[in-house]
Amino acid sequence: MGIFAGIDCGVKHTKTVLMKDKKILGKGTGLTGFDLKKAAEKSLEAALNAAGIRREEVGRIAGTGSGAHLLTIANLRVDPRDAMAGAARHAFPGVRTVIDVGAEEGRAARLDEHGNPVDFVVNERCAAGAGIFIETIARILDVSMEETGRLFFESEKKIPLNAQCVVFAESEVVGLIHADTPRSDIIRAVFEAMAGRIASMIRRIGVLPEVMMIGEVAYNPGLVHALKHELKTETIRIPDAPEFGAAVGAALFAAQKGASA
Amino acid sequence: MQGQRSKTVWQWPESNWRNPEIDWKNAEFVTVGIDVGSVSAQAVIVADGEILAYGNVRCGWDGAESALKACRSALQAAGDLPGERFDFCIGTGYGRVNIPLAHRTLTEIACHARGAHYLHGPDVRTVLDVGGQDIKAIRCDEKGKVVTFLMNDKCAAGTGRGMEVFADLLGIPVTEVGDRSFRFEGNAPAALSNDCVVYARSEAMGLIRQGWRVERVLAAYCTGMAQRIYALLERTGVTSQWAVTGGMAKNRGVINRLAAMIGVEDMKTPWDPQIAGAAGAALFAHTLCRKGKAKRR
Repeated sequence: MGIFAGIDCGVKHTKTVLMKDKKILGKGTGLTGFDLKKAAEKSLEAALNAAGIRREEVGRIAGTGSGAHLLTIANLRVDPRDAMAGAARHAFPGVRTVIDVGAEEGRAARLDEHGNPVDFVVNERCAAGAGIFIETIARILDVSMEETGRLFFESEKKIPLNAQCVVFAESEVVGLIHADTPRSDIIRAVFEAMAGRIASMIRRIGVLPEVMMIGEVAYNPGLVHALKHELKTETIRIPDAPEFGAAVGAALFAAQKGASA
Repeated sequence: MQGQRSKTVWQWPESNWRNPEIDWKNAEFVTVGIDVGSVSAQAVIVADGEILAYGNVRCGWDGAESALKACRSALQAAGDLPGERFDFCIGTGYGRVNIPLAHRTLTEIACHARGAHYLHGPDVRTVLDVGGQDIKAIRCDEKGKVVTFLMNDKCAAGTGRGMEVFADLLGIPVTEVGDRSFRFEGNAPAALSNDCVVYARSEAMGLIRQGWRVERVLAAYCTGMAQRIYALLERTGVTSQWAVTGGMAKNRGVINRLAAMIGVEDMKTPWDPQIAGAAGAALFAHTLCRKGKAKRR
């Protein structure tokens, strides 16, 4: 079996993984910016360097993500639901619900008992259920993204956040700061609101255990905790390097295609 | 947090005014309406059913303080009118529960319809109120009474706050957005592909980096906002006699495009369209006084 590349072209970052025999050889990231072809090249190069292999050794390149249709270096395009199913099969076979929350988009797929995607939902219209919400609030509160995950657990008081929109929440949070509300309580309110948005999207396809989460937002333990609560599920499984989940799924899909071709 | 730099750029100017032709001393009833919204507050003083003075100010975080600020601004314009002369005060708007002077409250839906009926004339049948935080499409009868309404208050797309965020991003005074949105070169651009203000902001930054002139970006954004508002209006049905209240009424970049979609010009008014809610509240207060129903709580 050869080496396959999976490139996930997201709104913010482009992620590449190189895989052989269902094992990750190397990973690379590039800022998508406004030239996603360059970002794809850069992330592929980084992955090649990390794996210590040459470009010629790579067989098929699979592209996925919101910018996949513009990726000229990819040999095939992988539907997000197939990429999510691939990510599940790779990390935790048996998973039935896959959630992928990135910087500006949220997606969920329900899988059948064989791991094939049977239902899918996406939000790419509203920022209230995406990573950019955390980024916005972190900026206002002057804390790092990592700190928000920690501060969430220090909250002692549940306060409601009336705003459902990121823009309105921004104003409301400034008001809370003026009222000397502890940052941890504000973060908890924001995460709970955000988890509510993500959960209501997922509920449209139904939530079956086990649940798995990929995408950069999965790094935030506070948000994951709030989401677990919203979904009434005891565990949400998170793979290593969750932001590469879709890229891994795409690479596996390319490998399968290669095998059947 | 936003820097000081932008603070003055995107904000609209506060104002107050007095009608020199009315003398409150001869009035039987002097009533006041206070509208506390999400970004602005207005107080309108009415003497025997005619507007005597108003104040239009930006809101702080404290709703009660914003109400007082608007009232002080109106009283300052009125000149020698003492605050004790008020017979009755009605509060309205998003922050109406927290207005210290108010003897009772009314919803802003009722007040905007009544206010537009006065400001734009009794022919008005559809009132579109686009404020800082919500969009309301109101259908009303010949007396300015609400027949039906629809509201979007969940999302900033199409609202005044969304416009402020955008003006801030481009470093353009919010009062200039409308005019400049028509000064693009070449064919009119299509609307931005994103409704969400957060995403539209990223999209606009991308267009600027691609070399788009600011005017062209504004045209694309105003078109998108007009489409967004039109979608709401379409659900209530628009009558030919329609008027716009709230801060967005001053943005011709959005409203003229909206009028083109509807196919009928909006009704014009010499008044500041931002005072419609407070004017409606003050007029309701006057009616209650006249009917002897103005019971202070």
